[in-house]
Amino acid sequence: MRKRESKIYARLTHPLVRDARDEPFRRATWDEALTRAAAGLSAARGAFGLFSCARATNEMNYVAQKFARVVMGTNNVDSCNRTCHAPSVAGLSAAFGSGGGTSSYAEVEETDLIVMWGSNARFAHPIFFQHVLRGIRNGARMYAVDPRRTSTAEWAESWLGLNVGTDIPMAHAIGREIIHAGLANHAFIERATSGFEEYQALVEPWTLSLAEKVTGVPAAAIRQLAHAYARAERAQLCWTLGITEHHNGTDNVRALINLTLLTGHVGRHGSGLQPLRGQNNVQGGGDMGAIPNRLPGFQDILDPAARLKFESAWDTVIQPHYGLNLTEMFEAMEEGTLKAVYCIGENPAQSEADSEQAVRRLGALDFLVVQDIFLTKTAQLADVVLPATAGWAETEGTTTNSERRVQRVRAAVTPPGEAREDIDILCDLATRLGHDWKYTDAEAVWNELRSVSPDHYGMTYERLAEHQGIQWPCPDTARLEPTYLHGRLWASDPAERGRPAPFGIVQHDPPVDLTDEEYPIRLTTGRRLDSYNTGVQSGGFASPLRRGEYVELCPEDAEHYGVVVGEEVQVSSRRGSVVAPVWIDTALRPGLAFMTMHFPDEVDTNQLTIEANCPIAGTAEFKASAIRIEKLPVATQVR
Amino acid sequence: MTAIPLGVPRRLVEFTLDGQEVRVPEGSTILDACRAAGKEVPTLCQGDTLTPKNACRVCVVELEGARTLVPACSRKAEAGMEVRTDTERARHSRKLVIELLASSVDLSTTPEVAGWIKEYEAKPDRFGPDAARLDEEPKIDNGLYVRDYDKCILCYKCVDACGDQWQNTFAISVSGRGFDARIAVEHDAPLTDSACVYCGNCIEVCPTGALSFKSEFDMRAAGTWDESAQTETTTVCAYCGVGCNLTLHVQDNEIVKVTSPHDNPVTHGNLCIKGRFGYQHVQNRD
Repeated sequence: MRKRESKIYARLTHPLVRDARDEPFRRATWDEALTRAAAGLSAARGAFGLFSCARATNEMNYVAQKFARVVMGTNNVDSCNRTCHAPSVAGLSAAFGSGGGTSSYAEVEETDLIVMWGSNARFAHPIFFQHVLRGIRNGARMYAVDPRRTSTAEWAESWLGLNVGTDIPMAHAIGREIIHAGLANHAFIERATSGFEEYQALVEPWTLSLAEKVTGVPAAAIRQLAHAYARAERAQLCWTLGITEHHNGTDNVRALINLTLLTGHVGRHGSGLQPLRGQNNVQGGGDMGAIPNRLPGFQDILDPAARLKFESAWDTVIQPHYGLNLTEMFEAMEEGTLKAVYCIGENPAQSEADSEQAVRRLGALDFLVVQDIFLTKTAQLADVVLPATAGWAETEGTTTNSERRVQRVRAAVTPPGEAREDIDILCDLATRLGHDWKYTDAEAVWNELRSVSPDHYGMTYERLAEHQGIQWPCPDTARLEPTYLHGRLWASDPAERGRPAPFGIVQHDPPVDLTDEEYPIRLTTGRRLDSYNTGVQSGGFASPLRRGEYVELCPEDAEHYGVVVGEEVQVSSRRGSVVAPVWIDTALRPGLAFMTMHFPDEVDTNQLTIEANCPIAGTAEFKASAIRIEKLPVATQVR
Repeated sequence: MTAIPLGVPRRLVEFTLDGQEVRVPEGSTILDACRAAGKEVPTLCQGDTLTPKNACRVCVVELEGARTLVPACSRKAEAGMEVRTDTERARHSRKLVIELLASSVDLSTTPEVAGWIKEYEAKPDRFGPDAARLDEEPKIDNGLYVRDYDKCILCYKCVDACGDQWQNTFAISVSGRGFDARIAVEHDAPLTDSACVYCGNCIEVCPTGALSFKSEFDMRAAGTWDESAQTETTTVCAYCGVGCNLTLHVQDNEIVKVTSPHDNPVTHGNLCIKGRFGYQHVQNRD
């Protein structure tokens, strides 16, 4: 095994500034740093974007989006939800009008059937998977749909190892089989959905044999899943980034939602949809309005009544159009229409697909302020760096998890040096830009949010502590709503039932980065159990499981290329190439390779990934790149 | 297909506990009833998140009409029972259990046991200095947790937590039979070659400190471990979106260990390697 020297990031303890990009940082006082930040931002009014933080509290995200909308007068505010689950939010809100998962963890324990689609929850969401295991122990059957035979798939009744990017053919074939077997829930379809005829016509060509050809999964296995899902009394459909990190991620999500509409597996206890979110507060960041198209409480910016409410609450004018999302902001940097960015707690220089391009674009900005707890790769590009506190251990507030549960976050340790809380820094900057904001504490921010977001109104800090978190919606301080969403779809009164959920009419569209003779291998990406995202957080502890970055191949491919475990090879895509050692994993199949983004300082996997974005949600196709593997000259071989 | 039963509403059962009428929900144990009534009954192998194993017998109580003493941790309350928790017979049995355990196992880090020794007038020393002991060095083979089998009472809680009750990793099992039985990694494999995923859910349930955080072990060895100087703050994990509740144990502004509330609806006391051990990044403060 090779020796690794992992990069350990030390906490930022004081503000840093520099006069020119080619100069090193020097230590500054808070006053100097904030004065510079205020000057830099006000010079770029009208060409400004804010990256909010999916790991910070709801309160911080609320203040950050308010900063963008009120102080800077723009809706250009977004966070790393764009690189993971934005398609889930877009797909769910198109179907049901609300962007949250519809079920709760406890319901997974009491369901009859669990489908884990494009999700290695055993590794990426281990404690959610404990609820799945409880469900399995209680008698539920689980199906895994994933190109890799992951440790999640090991618990499945059946593993459907589809080709990368063929989720829509798979879903459509399941839908067609359900219809043809007479298992569709027509009573539910007629009462609670729209567009069924069109959907029926859409899936009609997707016979089981055609699906087998396209997805690589035996027709009998697809048929078995279709029948099991349709016949189950209660069923959970769970997915992660295997569905969303595609150039057509939102379409993938819609294709899965169609199956729940076809069978009525939504809006009941034990039946629903669960997108498993990747960051501790990526759900909450969106709920707080730190996205370009929604105000806090998931209220649409295009709705004049919602705008009016916030305009009077904040005494401001809200731009009556959507802002730029993270992906569009990066494109606007290229075009020169976005000149200044305030980046809070994100590391896009390493987390964006095609990372070299992202670094170049950040470097071309007139002004970049980064607020973080570490001097990340992104912070190293900045003009001003502001040291912040760690949301989860050094501040008070709340975060919202994958089951929409708002939970209290509490300060346990004192932050280092001169580090200040995000909200405190934002308010100080706002004051310097002419808005005298003062919040006595996080609870004051939360109560302001409660006053403008009906879905959060019933959640006082006191109640959140009493119930160990409360799931939204919670409009009333005296009662709790059911743990699942959209029970309205089952109401007999049409008025109560509300808008029928439309079937998504989505077509199969294979991955953009095609494999060919030159780039014959499909590279997909994901997480390992003991590491997290770009490794800035998880690199800090000594995991006995961690072995660094490898390019993982199946035994057949390793033999074909004549490479062995630990041997360094060159991995190239149409965008870049990296050198990485080989690991052999029997969970892969010929033509399929796997890498993570956990060790970008060792192997920058995102130099390989393609920035082909979902046109609706803006998420890049991290899950499907075309690569080739080349043996290095013998001299550099590691023995 | 068969629907998974969702359970029916529970009724209350009424029985007599030390001469007092008590009512508890159907399915409760005698121990649940004792705790609800504010009665102290010692427990070691009982875990609030685990199925009772009946291994240690320290919680026995006297049940009218039963030939033997019954373990309060597993015996379900039934209508009309007459239970006495503090009879001479029950006290004598507990005393003997504590004497046998304390003479053969190092209970120095077991909470509350010193109080029980006093209360039941147990004399673990009466078996002499050559009472059976394992006399092994603690096993330190990774940077996250330490196994000290001198402190193991063979309660099986770690086996159950690692096995089918929670983690389903099956890295921990029992090897040997009878007097040779001991907790082992798989079939006595080295931990680092095993299926262990370092979630630490075994440490969470260990009643004696046989399994402990490396941080706690090192601080105890250095004489700096001081629970009275520690604060416990419950917050939410900073990794994935599941939203696990973490209780941070902090001494001198350093996180020294991480647990999770056992009654939490998200975790039920369980965490993964990142939540349990992945806190160091916030305190790289130099």
